[in-house]
Amino acid sequence: MTSTESLIDRRQLAYIASQAADARLNVELETEGMTLNIGPQHPATHGTLRIIAHLDGEQVVWAEPSCGYMHRGYEKLTEVRTYPQVTSLVNRIDWLGSFANEVPFILAAEKLMGIEAPPRAQWIRTILFELSRIANVSLFLGDLGVQLGAVTPVFMAFRDREHVLNLIEATTGGRFHPNFDRIGGLKDDLPAGFIDETRAVMKTLRNFCTEMEDLLFGNEIFQSRTRGIGVIPKDIAMQYGLSGANLRASGVDWDLRRDQSLPMAWDKVDWKVWTHPDGDSFARCWIRLQEVRESTLIVDQLLNNIPSGPVMAKVPRIIKVPEGEAWVSTENPLGEMGYYVVSKGDLGPFRTKIRSASFNNISIVPWILKGVYVPDIITILASLYFILGDIDR
Amino acid sequence: MPKVPGLLKGLGVTLNTLKRTAIDGANTVQYPHEKEAPPIRARGVIALHEGNCTSCMLCVRSCPDWCIYIEGHKEMAPPRRAGGKPRQVNKLDRFDIDYALCMYCGICVEVCPFDALFWSPEYEYSEPKIADLLHDKAKLSEWMETVPEAPALEAGAEKKGKK
Amino acid sequence: MNALLAADLPYWVQSLLRVLGGLVAVLLPAGTIVYLFLFKMMSFMQSRLGPMEAGPYGSMQLFAEVGKWLQKEDITPARADRTIFKIAPLVVLASTFLLVAVVPFGPDAWFTNFEAGVFYMLAVSSVSVLGILIAGWSSANKYSLLGGLRAAGQLIAYELPMVLAVIGVIIQAGTMNLQGIVVAQNGGEIFGWNGLGNPYILTQFTGFIIFMIAVQAELTQTPFDMPIAESELVSGYMTEYSGFRFLTFFIAEFATAGVFSLIASVLFLGGWGVPFAWFDWKSIDDISDWMNVVGPLIMFTKMMVLAFVIMWVRFSYPRFREDQLQRFAWKVLIPISLVNIMITAILKVAF
Repeated sequence: MTSTESLIDRRQLAYIASQAADARLNVELETEGMTLNIGPQHPATHGTLRIIAHLDGEQVVWAEPSCGYMHRGYEKLTEVRTYPQVTSLVNRIDWLGSFANEVPFILAAEKLMGIEAPPRAQWIRTILFELSRIANVSLFLGDLGVQLGAVTPVFMAFRDREHVLNLIEATTGGRFHPNFDRIGGLKDDLPAGFIDETRAVMKTLRNFCTEMEDLLFGNEIFQSRTRGIGVIPKDIAMQYGLSGANLRASGVDWDLRRDQSLPMAWDKVDWKVWTHPDGDSFARCWIRLQEVRESTLIVDQLLNNIPSGPVMAKVPRIIKVPEGEAWVSTENPLGEMGYYVVSKGDLGPFRTKIRSASFNNISIVPWILKGVYVPDIITILASLYFILGDIDR
Repeated sequence: MPKVPGLLKGLGVTLNTLKRTAIDGANTVQYPHEKEAPPIRARGVIALHEGNCTSCMLCVRSCPDWCIYIEGHKEMAPPRRAGGKPRQVNKLDRFDIDYALCMYCGICVEVCPFDALFWSPEYEYSEPKIADLLHDKAKLSEWMETVPEAPALEAGAEKKGKK
Repeated sequence: MNALLAADLPYWVQSLLRVLGGLVAVLLPAGTIVYLFLFKMMSFMQSRLGPMEAGPYGSMQLFAEVGKWLQKEDITPARADRTIFKIAPLVVLASTFLLVAVVPFGPDAWFTNFEAGVFYMLAVSSVSVLGILIAGWSSANKYSLLGGLRAAGQLIAYELPMVLAVIGVIIQAGTMNLQGIVVAQNGGEIFGWNGLGNPYILTQFTGFIIFMIAVQAELTQTPFDMPIAESELVSGYMTEYSGFRFLTFFIAEFATAGVFSLIASVLFLGGWGVPFAWFDWKSIDDISDWMNVVGPLIMFTKMMVLAFVIMWVRFSYPRFREDQLQRFAWKVLIPISLVNIMITAILKVAF
């Protein structure tokens, strides 16, 4: 054995020994992961969503949403209910913007029957639709504060949302579950004084938006917590089927209110679709704030010239929907919500498929939660904004 | 003008609200002492006008969660005019609404063809025992006193509002 | 409590008086802060009235709450480390009582007049974090564990700026005795003008701001309430506590807020004193005896002002993330406070 060979040999041995020592050290220092169940009962999941997060320290290795704790089977229930009964069920899907849930279903049924609501009904529908959007998203703005640790915004949100709920109650009789939409129109006309009251409330809501901008969105701590957290690029957002403000925050200019021609009054007024190029949590929250403001402007314009006339088209007393299939989706407060109604000519639908926005929106959770910290889980979930009823249906 | 940092602005908002609450009063209502009047259309409780009910069972069948119970029987009533034939009328034996099940959708009120059911905005009827939420005929008729007149409609409405 | 009394009273009476005085000094500010700020100010900031039923304007609400907590079952989780779990709230509360021991309330009204008072205060204040850490660890709950560990991480981040911020005051006063610091402020002068004495909030403004930020973190109040973090960790280390032990945590939280406000007012606002120039006092021996009664009231007023600021910030701001606090503490607060010490030292030598 020459001296060179032995030298190489010794080097190799030393290398192997050092590797082995490293490996031993790694085994000794290796930390065990921890599985943290966020939910089903957790203050940050507004309901009973369960996030199974595998943590390394405070960093998420992988996370997975587990839903279905509140499944109420609305798709199946619609099969054993008549058409007028279905509206009272479906406005419990997204319980914060409940009137908006009724509209696409009624539109689908009207499409099958080949009737259209009178113009006055269409305008009032649109007003109530936007009011329920305001009621829904303004609560989000307050809730966002609570998720990030600020206690005051949520009380301000409840305070001002109360006015909107009062308007909805005065018109429909129900604060949360209006059940006001009927095939062929609306149950009733607006009560006297609604227009003036709504104008005043819309002004309050715009003040509320400014207040939230000062209190929360302008706050440097809030910005440092949300900017750059949970970035969803444009293409990923499209692939996961996000919709609503989550998609617009990623820079996709897509709004069903504008891009679709429905028998509603959105195309009669002048408004803007807000988008944001960043796609992070801040963008999503900011878009929603702007949408509340835009909605108040839409309502203001709609109030100016509500056409007069009846609110109910001529429909038979017992509603039988002719055979056929129809798909109608609208831009709900949470995103795209659609109903695929299959009718066999009976009193009730043969089969209904409900596409609710939150279910698709949380499908991105495993992708987006990879590698973030525990507090960011809450930020991201809050900014994705889901409602459990909308996920589990 | 230099930009005010967001941190100070936030403090300003809370201080302003503090000031407003102290001067103008709170936005909340101290419930048992003062009450807010619900709007006329508010769906609080269903009242029964017993004389109008023919126990036709339409409301029972249209109720999405089957919380209305009706029992009736047919009875021969004396003829309206002297010498006429006795009439057959439906007599209402039982009319119960289980408010523990009711989801306040208002479909029963709407389908009733004889105007026997009405909405009343009354809401203070909670009970310590769930069984007491089953309101029977007598109790439902009591609510009739609280049924308000239908509200006036906004300008541009066509028909006169009913109930 | 009182050095005048100490001369001619038996030892046990002195001890009893001290204990009673300590209880008053800790619980009175705590109760006032809870009622005035947590119940009323927070409610008013949120356009509501807060508790109104118990007593006039809900003033008895705190007693009702205490009564409620005392009735509740004292639950210990099955897998918890029982002894440690039960001790933890007391450790947290004990640190509050230890802190108040060195705070002077008047020229003769103090519990101990300790030469290294500032040093003692800084050392003892970290005991509460020990309590939080063992509470989090012994609860056998993942949320509590995360909360406890966050508290430990936070301790390292804010304790250093707090110490460094106080050093400026020590340099200016030339003593670590809290009584001495009060005298130095009220007897001092700013460049020859002694109308206000020399409250260090004017000359040590940077130090004051850093100290208040660190206090906010020490008290785990928003924006630094990561160890509690209700929306993330479901109250963190307090998750598993109920009944009396939760009450202990609750009292400790607000009592510590009060005591730290007292300490901050001693260090930066002139404590119990009034500027000596107003009454032609030259040293601590000239001060009239009535200051022993008026002094605590002045302290109380200053404490309420500082507690108001702490609570105001708490109700207005969202919370930081743990790593952001670390970055903020190490990259911003510590360099600034080091520069502050340097400038103070240079000026001290120059004038």
